[in-house]
Order: sequence, then structure tokens, then C-alpha cells
Amino acid sequence: MFEQLTAKFEDLFYRIKNKGKLSPGDLDKALREIKLTLLEADVNFKVVKEFLVNIEGKALGKEVMESLTPAQQIIKIVNDEMVKILGSTGGNICFASKSPTIIMVVGLQGTGKTSSVIKMASYFKSKNQKKVSLIAADVYRPAAILQLEDMAKAVDMEVYSGKGFDPVKISKEGVQKFTRSGSDVIIIDTAGRLHIDKKMMEEIKEIRKAVKPHQIFLVMDAMTGQEAVNIASSFNAAVECDGIILTKLDSDTRGGAALSVYSVVRKPIKFVSNGEKVEDFDIFYPDRIASRILGKGDVLTLIEKAEKVIDDKKAEELSKRIESQHLNFEDFIEQLKSLKKMGNIDNVMSMLPISGVNKTLKKMNFDNFNIDRLEAIINSMTVSERRNPHIINGSRKKRIAKGSGNSVNEVNKLLKQFSKTKQMLKHFSSLKGKLGVPFDGPLGL
Amino acid sequence: MKRIFKNLNIVWNHFRKVGDEFWDELEEELIAGDISINTADMIISSLKVKACEEKITGIDSLKKVLKQEMLAILQTEESTVLTVSVTPPTVYIIVGVNGVGKTSAIAKIANMLKQQGKKVMLAAADTYRSAAVEQLGHFAKILGIDMVKHQRNADPGAVVFDCLESALAKEVDLVMIDTAGRMHTSFNLIQELKKIKKVVEKKLGRSPEEVLLTIDSTTGQNARNQAEIFSESMDVSGIILTKTDGASKGGIVLTIKNDLGIPVKITTKGEKIGDIEYFDQVGFVDSMVV
Repeated sequence: MFEQLTAKFEDLFYRIKNKGKLSPGDLDKALREIKLTLLEADVNFKVVKEFLVNIEGKALGKEVMESLTPAQQIIKIVNDEMVKILGSTGGNICFASKSPTIIMVVGLQGTGKTSSVIKMASYFKSKNQKKVSLIAADVYRPAAILQLEDMAKAVDMEVYSGKGFDPVKISKEGVQKFTRSGSDVIIIDTAGRLHIDKKMMEEIKEIRKAVKPHQIFLVMDAMTGQEAVNIASSFNAAVECDGIILTKLDSDTRGGAALSVYSVVRKPIKFVSNGEKVEDFDIFYPDRIASRILGKGDVLTLIEKAEKVIDDKKAEELSKRIESQHLNFEDFIEQLKSLKKMGNIDNVMSMLPISGVNKTLKKMNFDNFNIDRLEAIINSMTVSERRNPHIINGSRKKRIAKGSGNSVNEVNKLLKQFSKTKQMLKHFSSLKGKLGVPFDGPLGL
Repeated sequence: MKRIFKNLNIVWNHFRKVGDEFWDELEEELIAGDISINTADMIISSLKVKACEEKITGIDSLKKVLKQEMLAILQTEESTVLTVSVTPPTVYIIVGVNGVGKTSAIAKIANMLKQQGKKVMLAAADTYRSAAVEQLGHFAKILGIDMVKHQRNADPGAVVFDCLESALAKEVDLVMIDTAGRMHTSFNLIQELKKIKKVVEKKLGRSPEEVLLTIDSTTGQNARNQAEIFSESMDVSGIILTKTDGASKGGIVLTIKNDLGIPVKITTKGEKIGDIEYFDQVGFVDSMVV
């Protein structure tokens, strides 16, 4: 997944070169890119249109932050806006003041209702210490009831499936039964149905009337295409949903349906489901979906981190030194420090959207432990050694090794790595303009 | 000569003037049908050329050309009818992500082929999902056909092996293998599928006649990823497009055919066992362009 999206982003960086301010021309180009990105992520085209108008107003004439290219700046605006639109973090459930809380789950066929019911039930059980019982109201699909019963057994929960083929009756009886037996939460698993099937949509209205659920959740497949808006608004019109459960996020879908659905029905996404296991169920985080839709890995997080820790002035000096090839150990240690400040090196590396660079850096195999050691070695050098690495001879090496508690071998390794890095940096500095990569600091390493 | 150019220019200018907005709108329409942007742009650029060449100004004739363009994408050299082996049993493996309707589709295909006089056998190789075997078993019982199953969480490869043994012994014409739904992004599960295919190849000395990827017509752009990744490991021979009675028409299959060359072979809709058809290209295009 990462590779493919990454490629697109590199492209976006490439097309809009480093400039100081966002011009209308830049903006047009960027908006076109964003439009394509959103459409490819399955965000409904009408939603995309509205969204872009909004962005345009916000982005025009804005000062570009020193550390960001115009493209990145626009993406940041888009991202922030999207996070805002996607609402709050999910997970919060209003349990009824008087138990039981009745929850009904609805959705199209094959979206993952039954799995979601089980996952949600065991989530309430473990997180909220609730006694949860289930009602199997899917009388249509062969073995659907058996599936719920089977899965419920694994998480030790009771299921009511009744007799006969009337989902309304089954739901009513189940609610009565579990109310008597003192359940805190009752979840009704309904049959999958098409939102354009009038008869079947009538049925969930009937169930709703009969049992008056406190909460109704719509289960949406994250891979749903442009129709997502109509699906959500039809279900919402029929039974007025309280929230959405987004499933199958373990696929490589970009999940634009989430944005579409939210824009249309304005109902919060409460949970996401992302795997085969019962535990693969999580609270919804708007920022995660936003960056998934934009398909940019965690570039933004990285941008933010870089903003925080890298002193622009220093970065500029450094980049000059690289170009003039006067890089020494004093610069090197500065770089190590900013890298360390950005957190776990592997995480930082994985956030970089530039696959080629990523590979090269991975080969160098830095870990935090390693960096501490490197720092110690450099700290044991004299000032003149740091500034002029070429003067470090055999006896100096011995002294440095002793002073830093390392072997001469380690010192040799560092010196070798340093000269390699120098070469690499030279290579990057020639690439830098092309990619529009703003991070002289961490990338330079 | 001069007059022809003049005419062309008039048409061209006409389209350029009122055109841009129109083409943009058309692009949106195509995207609204889940066709990818690239495919939509490709269709539109060739439509523009045709509109100019054929001096089309009316919307009806433009629609006709649009449909032709789409049909051209869907056209295949080989027939889209399901392949049958000369030496039985013919083997079809049905694959797809979770919840697309694999099991129902298998029941429908089995029924269709049974009615054509074929002796069909099912392999319940979805040993993972709760009640998947029971669901398939329910259909097997209704249709009066044999199904080979093992206990829950058994090795799907072993189920397939046993099924093929049994099929050879009972001189079955067609074996259909139901596999567990799996995300195309799950490496291990895709490896498991490869193993199923290998079991078939080893037992019969040839590849399965069809590996059919089931795609839910509600799915958006991700269906293309599914098709690409499943066919990398399983050499997908065709697509079963399910749930076509929904509001989505499954426009992404145009993109899949265009980009990857994989044709749709079967469409299914509805809850009834008879709700199945061989893919009707013209009907599909008509449903996309109303």
C-alpha cells in the first residue's frame, strides 16, 4: 500500500516546486491533484467538489511556512480540514440510564455486520464491564444465525434466535428475555439488505418500532465506492442512525467512503474494524482516516515533528556545508541530535514518503542505541578532530576509543560511515531541488 | 477539402465552447459510476476525437458513441463462457475478499451448470469463517449435490485433495472450490490460496479451468487492487460481479478490464438461486449509460 501511494506523493512534490508563497496557479494545480487523490480514494464526487471550494478559500494567499513546500502546505490545510469535518474521536457510547441499552446494527449484505456485532459486544464487555447479549434477527441468509451463535460461543455470550421467520418477533422476544435476565447491553444483528429494497427497509423500521433501540449503528464497508452516500442516507432516512462502524480497514482501501458518509449524514463514525480477530476493533480516529484518504502515510506527522525540532537556520547552514562538501563531525552530531529528538529512528524512517531514500537509509541500520554510541565517540574527539576528520590517525583512534568506551573497530566504523554519509549527502543535495524535500536535517543523515 | 475542414472546425469549436463544462460533467458521471479517473479520461479523450471526426452534436448520438467506447474496452478475444475441460473434472476456484458473496455465487453457478446436465461437486475449503461450511452445505442439500468437507479450521488444501479424489472416483463433471474470504493484503492467506491451486495442479496435472474472482459491485476503486493482487498469485481468469441488483453498477470492472485485461464472466443479483447470468456486455453498458 505504502509504495503505491508514496509514488503519487513524490509526484505531487515534484510538480510543484519550492516557492515562497502560494500563488493561484500553484493552488489550482494542487487542488487538481487533491481532487484526483480524493476521487481515487472513493470520496463521492459531489463531496469532493464542496470540499475543494472550502479549501480554496482557506489556502489562497496564505504564507508558506518556512519548513514546508507549497504542496505540503496545501496538504496540511486539506488534512486539517478533513480531520475537522470527520468529527470527533469515536468510541464514546451513550449507555441508557436504565439498563438494558438496546443497540441495533444495520447495513448492506457482506459489510461485516455479524463480525462487528461480536467485536463490539466483546469491546463493551472488556472495556465497559457490561453484560452483553445478542439477538440473531437474520432469518434470510443460510447459516447466519449459526454464524452468530458460533462466534458468540467463542466470546462467551448468549444469543437469542427464537423460532420462526419473523425478525420483528424475534427481536421483541429477545429484548424481553434479556431484559429479564439482567443484561446491560443487547445487540440486535439484522439481515443485510439493499438500501433500495423498499420491503426490506420497511422491516428494519418495524424492528425499530417494536424494540425502540437506544442506538442504531450502520455498518459500512470501507471499500464502498461512490454509492456510499446514497446507502448511508437511505439507511439514515429509514431508521435514523446514531453512528457508523467502518469495516475492512485491513484492506488497502483508502476509505474515502468515510468522508462521503459523514458529509452526507453527519453521524459520527464510532468504531473501525480491521481484521479477522475479535480484538481487531478500535475507536475511530479522524486523523488516521484523513491521512489514509490523502494517502500520505504519516508525512504530516513527520512534517510536524520536523517543524518542532529542526532549527531552520542550522538546517540552512548545514545544507550549504553539504554543497561545499565541508561537512564535519560537529555537523554530524547536530544531525544525530535532531534525529534523536524526532523519536524512534525506525518510525521516522517509515514515515518518509521517499522510497528510494528510505531503502538507502535502512541499509545504514541506525538504531537509537547506535546513535548514543556514535555520540559518545564524537564527544571523545578533540575540537580539531571534529572539524578535520582527516587528521584522525591510529593513535588518535586509540585515544578516542578508550575515551568513549568503545573499540578501535567501532571508531573505524564510524569514520567509514561518515565518509559514506558525506557522499550520500552530496547525492541528496543534488536531488533535493527535484523532490522539493524540505528536511535537510533528518533526510541529510 | 476546404469545406470538410471548415465543418470540422465548427463542430470542434462548438464542443470546445459549450464543451469543457460538458466533458467535465461527463467525467463526473463516469466517476460516479466507480470508473477510475484514468479510464474515464481515456474514454473521454477518445470520445472527443470521435465526436469531432463524426461531427456529432446531438446528445443521443454521443451516448451511442460513448457506449461503443465502453464496449470496446469490455470486448475480449476469447469467449467469456466458463471453460470446460475435455477430461473431467473441470475445476473452478472461487476467490475474493470477505463479504462479496462467494458462497451464494457458487450455489448459483452450481445450480446453473447442474441444470445444463453437469454432475457438480462442491469443496468446502472455507474452513475459517464460522458457519461457512454449513452455509454451503445448506445450498448443496437444496441442490441435491455432493459436498466434501472437513472439520472447522482444517487445512483447505486437504479438503480440496479429498474432494478431487472423490470427484475422480464418482466421475463428477465439475468441482467448485469455495475459499475463505481474505483480504488481498494478507500475505499468509494469499499463500494458502496458492497452495489450493497447487493441490489441483498436482492431482490433475493441469491448472484449474477457472479461477474466478468475486467482486461486489458496490466496491469502489479498491476492486482494482483486489483484481491486481489476486491475479498476481492466482492467475485470475474471470470475474463474478455480485449484487448487481443494488444501485451501484460496478463500473470498476471497466477499469479492471482496461488495465489488467480480466473480463467479467458472470453476474449475480438477488437472493434467489436462479438470479445469475453470463455477463451481458451490452446490457451492462446500457445500465451504465442511461
